[in-house]
Amino acid sequence: MDKIPILRMGSFLLVTIQVDLYDRLALNLEADLVQMVQKTNARGVLIDISAVSIVDSFMGRIIGNIASMSKILDAETVVVGMQPAVAITLIELGLPLKGVHTALNMEKGMDLLKSMIDTPEEEANDQPLDDFVAE
Amino acid sequence: MILSLSKDTIKISQEQDVVFLKNRVKETAVKIKMGLVNQTRIITAASELVRNMMRYANGGNCVIEVVSSGRVNGVRLTFTDKGPGIPDIAAAMRDGFSTGRSLGLGLPGTKRLVNEFDIKSKVGEGTTVTIVKWANG
Ligand SMILES: Nc1ncnc2c1ncn2[C@@H]1O[C@H](COP(=O)(O)OP(=O)(O)OP(=O)(O)O)[C@@H](O)[C@H]1O
Ligand SMILES: [Mg+2]
Repeated sequence: MDKIPILRMGSFLLVTIQVDLYDRLALNLEADLVQMVQKTNARGVLIDISAVSIVDSFMGRIIGNIASMSKILDAETVVVGMQPAVAITLIELGLPLKGVHTALNMEKGMDLLKSMIDTPEEEANDQPLDDFVAE
Repeated sequence: MILSLSKDTIKISQEQDVVFLKNRVKETAVKIKMGLVNQTRIITAASELVRNMMRYANGGNCVIEVVSSGRVNGVRLTFTDKGPGIPDIAAAMRDGFSTGRSLGLGLPGTKRLVNEFDIKSKVGEGTTVTIVKWANG
């Protein structure tokens, strides 16, 4: 049985989809990813779809599911490298990729994730130390 | 008048057939020098229709044709099933209408992706959906 590998990098999970997913593979990825987010307390999920030439409503929904389930587990999802033809087609199809962030490539996606999860931490760091001591 | 230049019938009954069909649609589109965005549109449309056929009618047939309008070539796909049929086509064509607890995007979305779209359905007999994408359409 084929399986899509999930890589862990710090508090992020990385997935590169190299083939056009058939349904079973996509469903397995959804389940595996959500489980991994929970197990590793990941804060971000990066999905590279630059090698994917077709995203239909089913695939789109899987990506949306991954994003909303990850969100519940406090992780943001960024889809990177979507081919322009795929982006055009998704818009015409009318698929709302709710809660899914997009970036041009892995590097930009990583930056985006960092900026999203860093903000609250920085705020916390800004608090005077006394606040913590007082507790 | 639309002329049919080649014709190929593919039986759809399991998931592997879907992959095979998408590849054949792609080959056909490439053969008539369809641009990449249009290729993506017609393959995505095929994916939606074949999914409906599997899900609601347990499979069926897809005929892939190269067609010509005289001026330009295109790919015509005809999906035929002997499933339950669609009682209210107007409703099924609406964005968000689904009896499968899904997004209800397949049919209306497919219509937006292609140049010609035709659906015929009879309750108890089955459904036929025909789409055409012109090479430069
Ligand atoms: N081949 C078919 N046979 C019988 N009923 C069909 C067929 N295709 C579509 N339908 C009916 O039309 C409705 C709308 O189809 P459509 O593809 O637009 O949405 P969906 O399949 O419900 O959701 P989505 O495609 O977004 O996952 C379906 O819910 C189903 O009731
Ligand atoms: Mg559908």
